[in-house]
Amino acid sequence: MASSGNRVLPGFGLSLGYTLVYLSLIVLIPLAAVFLKASSLGVAQFWDVVTSPSVVASYKLSFGASLLAAAINSVFGLMLAWALVRYSFPGKRLVDALVDLPFALPTAVAGIALTALYAPNGWVGQYLEPLGIKVAFTPLGVLVALIFIGLPFVVRTVQPILEDLDTEFEEAAVSLGADRWQAFRHVVFPTLMPALMTGFAMAFARAVGEYGSVIFIAGNIPMVSEITPLMIITKLEQYDYAGATAIAVVMLVFSFALLLLINGLQTWTAKRTGRAR
Amino acid sequence: MAGAAGVLHGAADHAARFESKAATREPALVKWTILALSLSFFAVFLLLPLVAVFVEALRKGWETYIAALVEPDAVAAIKLTVTAALISVPLNLVFGVAAAWAITKFEFRGKHLLLTFIDLPFSVSPVVAGLIYVLVFGAQGWFGPWLSDHDVKIIFAVPGIVLATVFVTFPFVARELIPLMEAQGREEEEAAVVLGARGWQILWYVTLPNVKWGLLYGVILCNARAMGEFGAVSVVSGHIRGLTNTMPLHVEILYNEYQFAAAFAVASVLALLALVTLVIKVWVEHKAGAAGAEA
Repeated sequence: MASSGNRVLPGFGLSLGYTLVYLSLIVLIPLAAVFLKASSLGVAQFWDVVTSPSVVASYKLSFGASLLAAAINSVFGLMLAWALVRYSFPGKRLVDALVDLPFALPTAVAGIALTALYAPNGWVGQYLEPLGIKVAFTPLGVLVALIFIGLPFVVRTVQPILEDLDTEFEEAAVSLGADRWQAFRHVVFPTLMPALMTGFAMAFARAVGEYGSVIFIAGNIPMVSEITPLMIITKLEQYDYAGATAIAVVMLVFSFALLLLINGLQTWTAKRTGRAR
Repeated sequence: MAGAAGVLHGAADHAARFESKAATREPALVKWTILALSLSFFAVFLLLPLVAVFVEALRKGWETYIAALVEPDAVAAIKLTVTAALISVPLNLVFGVAAAWAITKFEFRGKHLLLTFIDLPFSVSPVVAGLIYVLVFGAQGWFGPWLSDHDVKIIFAVPGIVLATVFVTFPFVARELIPLMEAQGREEEEAAVVLGARGWQILWYVTLPNVKWGLLYGVILCNARAMGEFGAVSVVSGHIRGLTNTMPLHVEILYNEYQFAAAFAVASVLALLALVTLVIKVWVEHKAGAAGAEA
């Protein structure tokens, strides 16, 4: 850690000062408002709100669907990253570019598009309906929306690691008698593991807080397909600011824990692969 | 963290490097299975929704499509969306450059914590992002009574929409610039100091030209999110037609009123914006790759 005496470049005070003021005004002070407001609720009252049956049902849906979506994305995201790095196929550059679509496409647009596809009379829904599979307006619809928004997180964390991976390791494994599966299982996969877990955690974190792409397809049936962010909106619409704040605190604490976990995973990835964060 | 994770990786096709060697090549059956599974997944979950937006938008013909876009409420929504982006993107651009300068050019205590704080808005649910401003500026909030005494409206008005947009797009530019400027090091700037350059000259003539493509990508990603934000803006907007409706909120209202063709028409404009964003991204990667190859 350099002392302030040997700083060659100018602008330290100005740039750091501006950064801290702007960060405090836009992010830290407003976030502190949530915790202050929540502390005005008594402990018992806070507990009543965050453990009421409809809110608990929303946790189960939000966390359950988000975990499942992140798991599905980890499997298919890894395959997609593998295909993009290791194979040549027509349209590859288009696929590579469109993987980022969920980052760029407004969530409300994704929401109504997915609903149009999976509604009982929709493009896909009309073929699933006779099979007895209902997607739109059920928890399954929530899952579909969360898969959509989470996919690029897994692909974009795994892909660069896979690209940087030297072929020498796999060649060495083969020359030592490993078959292709063993080389993947024991050589490639351990290197990808931290990045894959980072991608999983990012997709999960994003999915838990997601609102726009979910509410159209979820149908928002009480106790069945209401996600946690929607519970906050519902409380706000009833002018129950304290109730909305209590649920927000639960979500924030969870997000902060995940953020720390993701930071730790990224440090692990950097150590495992020698890449800068 | 979303964009920073590895956006500027090379676009060139290196697959031949793996497929030419027996040691890094899978049996044909495995290869085709992986390709079939991953591309079907891609087609169903990413491609199909995108196609659906445009097909649904044009289902009732071009006349309905155009009518949905020139209708006064739609025009007001487009104007508000552009206004919010024009204010929030430059604010976060200036912040991103300042934060990246402080973090990459100097060593100081608590740098890691600062990086984590900058990432915070990415991990906060958009709905919570809207709520925090309601708690600060809303009628029952900290400044609520003072604001209503002075006849200033922030929540359910344009300033609230801008604030919520600034919050959700907060880290984009900083997150693109920090890894790039970290990789550039400090030598060039230090050489400029020795040659007598002043602070702003160094920033303008040395640092920014080196990171211009990453900066541009950060800005367009920031802009795409600013124009498309739904959850946070929805909480602070109040949904007043023609006044506080952004394009995504207008889409929601039309959709809930069963005006599907009109909803998809406005949505298709946002989808086009997303596609333009992705095209610029590919172009920027190409430019950055070419610049990297020269260096």
